[in-house]
Amino acid sequence: MVTKRIIPCLDCRDGRVVKGVNFQGLKDAGSPVELSLRYQDEGADEIVILDVGATVEGRQNQLDTIRAVRVDLAIPLTVGGGVRELRDIEALLDAGADKVSINTAGVDRPELIREATEAFGAQCTVVAIDTKWTGDRWSVLTRAGRDVRDIDTLQWCEEVARLGAGEILLTSFDRDGTKEGYDLKLLRAASGAVQIPIIASGGAKTADDLYDAFKAGANAALAASIFHYDNLHISDIKAHLAGKGIRVRQ
Amino acid sequence: MSRIVGVIDTKVANTASIFAGLRRAGLEPVPVGSASEMAAQEAIVLPGVGAFAAGMAALERMFLVEPLRDWIAADRPFLSVCLGMQLLFESSEESPGVEGLGIVPGAVTRFPTGVVIPHFGWNQISSDSEFFPSGDVYFANSFRATDPPEGFEVATCNHGGEFLAGIRKGRVAAVQFHPEISGDAGAKILSRWAQW
Repeated sequence: MVTKRIIPCLDCRDGRVVKGVNFQGLKDAGSPVELSLRYQDEGADEIVILDVGATVEGRQNQLDTIRAVRVDLAIPLTVGGGVRELRDIEALLDAGADKVSINTAGVDRPELIREATEAFGAQCTVVAIDTKWTGDRWSVLTRAGRDVRDIDTLQWCEEVARLGAGEILLTSFDRDGTKEGYDLKLLRAASGAVQIPIIASGGAKTADDLYDAFKAGANAALAASIFHYDNLHISDIKAHLAGKGIRVRQ
Repeated sequence: MSRIVGVIDTKVANTASIFAGLRRAGLEPVPVGSASEMAAQEAIVLPGVGAFAAGMAALERMFLVEPLRDWIAADRPFLSVCLGMQLLFESSEESPGVEGLGIVPGAVTRFPTGVVIPHFGWNQISSDSEFFPSGDVYFANSFRATDPPEGFEVATCNHGGEFLAGIRKGRVAAVQFHPEISGDAGAKILSRWAQW
């Protein structure tokens, strides 16, 4: 049986890890190389690095960051932020990424997702979806939460699966950085809508929040602040989950 | 002095990640893009690429199909990863009508419905062979082979039924998982293979 995955997320800007609340008010959280290796030692199943600056200089910094992280990182590395075309994906793979996540550019031009899966395979293509509850449905957000799109998130999940995406990184804007727990309703709905794996993101505070996400159908749980600031150790979370009957990699 | 290993450069795999994994195993990887470059190597790694048809097309473009068959038939040190393992079989349900390298009999098929596809993440492998590590390794695949080929040591894994996680005969090994990103278990298999 495949284990449930725990994935620390490093939001990076200008070569440093930062973290905000509801995508705002970023503060420094350390060096991406040090943090990713620390999380690897603690038992992380994968690392996600997102470029939240997405400027031209930032892009070069990001490639340097990926190269530096890759040297000693022996677990999967997913990289995203500002991926707009196939050559961006090629550059990230060339720097050492195993998977690349597509967000805004995929919403603007869904064919990019198909082209990516055809060129690099589903195993390399992650689609990141940011979403918020807009009264009667979850709507897709783009440009780091700045734009609310007239797209139903569950329908978009089905569409990206149809386009060949390997997995979906599903972030609740409502919960991001709030530590109120993952949006379980969203996770249940999304994992019921598609067969591909769902990575839960946004709102984690305790080990039980991850447990609840897995029970709601998530295949992996992503978190940032609890690992950066709260000294919550991945090994402790895994012990807790294993004690409650969730299979995790020890 | 570290030993040099040629990595077939398909341009579309996580080649940099494979290079990093091989370096951690004490090897010195160099890209290989032609039969003459391949002939100069002591050992060859065939990494995973996107789809079965694209993988074979890449090998044909580099004129490496026959040289690879000869290399493996001569029991020269060889390791193929993920799709690289699938290419050793005769065909795949992923790309009907496309001929694989045909070194191992049988066809690669899709995971059955009812399980999450792609098979993404860490899953446990088991084997009677000491070559394969025990424990969880990282997979990312929608297709797999299921029939143990005669004369090979095998490792198996389960996702909607048992499938082949790895095969090995002599100095030729193939793994469906990604040893370069499978933590300590992956590092072990790379180090063992590196003692060819």
